[in-house]
Amino acid sequence: MTAQKFDMVVLGSGPGGYVAAIRAAQLGYKTAVIERAELGGICLNWGCIPTKALLRSAEVFHNMKHAADYGLVAGQLGFDIDKVVSRSRGIAGQLSEGIKHLMKKNKITVIEGNGKLVKPGVLSVEKDGKKTEVHGTDIILATGARAKELPHLKADGERVWTYRHALTPKEVPGKLLVIGSGAIGIEFASFYNELGSDVTVVEMMDRVMPVEDEEISAFSQKSFKSQGINIMTEASVTKLDKKAKTVVCTVESKGGKSQQIEVDNVIIAIGIDGNVENIGLEENKIKVDRGHVVTDEWGHTGVNGVHAIGDLTGPPWLAHKASHEGVVLVEKIAKDKGHKEITDVHPMDKGNIPGCTYCRPQVASVGMTEKAAIAAGHKVKVGRFPFIGNGKAIAMGEAEGMMKTVFDAKTGEMLGAHMVGAEVTEMIQGYTVARTLETTEVELMHTVFPHPTMSEMMHEAVLDAFGKTLHM
Amino acid sequence: MAIALTMPALSPTMETGTLAKWLVKEGDEVESGTILAEIETDKATMEFESIDDGIVGKIVIAEGAENVAVGELIAVLLEDGEDASAMDSVAAAAPAPAAPAAAQTPEASPAPAAAAPAPTPAPAPAAAPAAPVASGERVFASPLARRIAEQSGYDISQIPGTGPRGRVIKRDVESYTPAAATSAGMGAVSMDGDTPFEEIKLSNMRKTIAKRLTESKQTVPHFYVTVDIELDNLMTARKQLNAMSDEYKISVNDFIIKACAAALMKVPAANVQYMGDTMRQFKRADISVAVAIEGGLITPVVRGADMKGLRQISDETKDLARRAQEGKLAPEEYAGGTFSISNMGMMGVKNFDAVINPPQAAILAVGAGEQRPVVKNGELTVATVMTVTLSCDHRAIDGAVGAEYIAAVKMFLEQPSAMLL
Repeated sequence: MTAQKFDMVVLGSGPGGYVAAIRAAQLGYKTAVIERAELGGICLNWGCIPTKALLRSAEVFHNMKHAADYGLVAGQLGFDIDKVVSRSRGIAGQLSEGIKHLMKKNKITVIEGNGKLVKPGVLSVEKDGKKTEVHGTDIILATGARAKELPHLKADGERVWTYRHALTPKEVPGKLLVIGSGAIGIEFASFYNELGSDVTVVEMMDRVMPVEDEEISAFSQKSFKSQGINIMTEASVTKLDKKAKTVVCTVESKGGKSQQIEVDNVIIAIGIDGNVENIGLEENKIKVDRGHVVTDEWGHTGVNGVHAIGDLTGPPWLAHKASHEGVVLVEKIAKDKGHKEITDVHPMDKGNIPGCTYCRPQVASVGMTEKAAIAAGHKVKVGRFPFIGNGKAIAMGEAEGMMKTVFDAKTGEMLGAHMVGAEVTEMIQGYTVARTLETTEVELMHTVFPHPTMSEMMHEAVLDAFGKTLHM
Repeated sequence: MAIALTMPALSPTMETGTLAKWLVKEGDEVESGTILAEIETDKATMEFESIDDGIVGKIVIAEGAENVAVGELIAVLLEDGEDASAMDSVAAAAPAPAAPAAAQTPEASPAPAAAAPAPTPAPAPAAAPAAPVASGERVFASPLARRIAEQSGYDISQIPGTGPRGRVIKRDVESYTPAAATSAGMGAVSMDGDTPFEEIKLSNMRKTIAKRLTESKQTVPHFYVTVDIELDNLMTARKQLNAMSDEYKISVNDFIIKACAAALMKVPAANVQYMGDTMRQFKRADISVAVAIEGGLITPVVRGADMKGLRQISDETKDLARRAQEGKLAPEEYAGGTFSISNMGMMGVKNFDAVINPPQAAILAVGAGEQRPVVKNGELTVATVMTVTLSCDHRAIDGAVGAEYIAAVKMFLEQPSAMLL
């Protein structure tokens, strides 16, 4: 058996792994990626992208239902769930193909199979019972994560789903119970609700999307309820009792009150677990904490030449965090090797990673919530601006939403920004750039925002924090 | 078209200035030579003259504004027949504050005109991109870092940046401990905080002294050589010269200037400056003389002291010292210099060590001339003796050269007639 030798080997081709591989190849390193399933990982195949395709179908359907509001006449309204799903699968396939081309273009060797770290510098790859050895001076573990399940909350793929099953329904459930109101849970709740399911969301915390700013959560919760989604907070599902064609869910609310809800399907969206098993972590004494690999700020595991990025490591578990970690890590490795092109590498500031949720209305944020800022000892100035005050939003028929900014009263640092409403996921990057450049309110106030756009609300929300808002 | 008046570089080291006072107001007619404003530089308060005729169209920088960067638009002058609309073009075309006279490094140059640009409202030349000068270089810092630095009273240019490409970011400011605070920390710790005090704002001159001399002590390896010099021959010569006329009065200090200059010619290895990769050996002795003034000190330069007679040196020194006291020295009069003298003899000081005035390589600290018992030819006798200490930059001057130089100074002062050779 002759081992293949590389400068860098990446285990996993998700948005962390394939981006790390491209960067490594760009810097002239002989690079390989090991993948057991589809190129592109969960993000492209079973996560970010296919859900966006489904949600777009739901959005268009929503608009069709409201055609009359725009003076339009729409005939027979309806959908074909098989075609909605096949569109989503087609897009996932198209993008996975795209990754294949990117690998080829960058001369990255793609090795199919299950990779496992044998010792620093050596991986074994198993495919169809055959084992090969792959050598890499540096090895980047990027095996990602999967849906968290609990002994009493296990998916069967039939009635009880994880995101994977929820992406390819054979039919739209009449009644659906979603456990967990994080980004994944709430996006599916939004999608199925739009297509007519009777949706109940069960959330353990006292509000939906608990990582978001309280005001944004409250705004969203109110909106979901008005759309007919049943929201149960401070509640948990203690038992799933599978019947012939239904599932009876036992939901316990605060104070011990228990009730049973019978639904066609259940989606488990209570978080994720890192894919830490069978990749050689224990054998190589790589530290794992609560299901995720522990690394330093660069992604080093502490074992020489072995690194880890993305969902396999600590939060936030987001594709763009994984990609950025991949780039930073590869550049750091290059710098330490004395690569002449790389002179300036900086670890990622996790406070500047935006989060986006594509439910209706969308939610996007970056930085600290108002409560977190106050808890951190900041004296804050808070600005708000409602979509109803923005001309473009009204013209679009999207007057539901708000933007909120949190500033440090003394230094003018923009500590956080929070948005709920149409297209906010496309706007949050503006505030992210502002935070990354460490602008203060002065520069934001001096920025000219184009009219008419919804981004003008970003300006107004800054002005409002300092009592200078113009259109309210 | 309207004329842009920008903050002039009034001295080679000037990076920013304080617009101390406007002497004209908008609408005033001015002509070439009219004093427009008083500008406080790092060294002195200077008058800013107009070099054009016109009407003050707009005052852009208000009186009292501090830290106005060299090259920044401070006012707009309208030419005959122009109205306010002409100002727009100037405002738009105003040069961004550029590295002030990047070509004018603070090193002394044999040609004083080149070392110190005359006050001019013309923008600093945009040429010489990214000349390797620390002073006046643009500081890359985030707006937030700038604001926190300002609120903390830190000079952003002193804070090392760790952001992308060395940009100063919030973290850097928050983790910054000013050097002064650290060194003062030892003494400050025991303070219980009850001692009454008054917070005194630093003048630009004090800031410059602090910055330059800290830099000197931290980066220049000093060594010191001390000798005693007998002044009896000099006192006799001085008495004779002064008895000859009432038109001048030669001081001991004048002799010291002359002797130091003559010694620099005799030991050219001491008339040098350390330049990093090279060393500069000067062909003329330009002697900087430290003059104590209100709120600090300044070092006007007696140029070509090696070629000047005692009387000329005396006249020049008196004139420079008087105008230094009045804060009226022109920048070229205190820029440059190849060697410094700091004389505290008149204050009764016996001996002290002076801090080298960079980029110069040596300074002579002069104590008081006093009668002391000395032993000559085995006999105890009395002589007028003065102790001097030479501080040398060891990067440019070795111990032997320092000793040779101070011996030459001693020789010229003990036998002043040798200066006639």
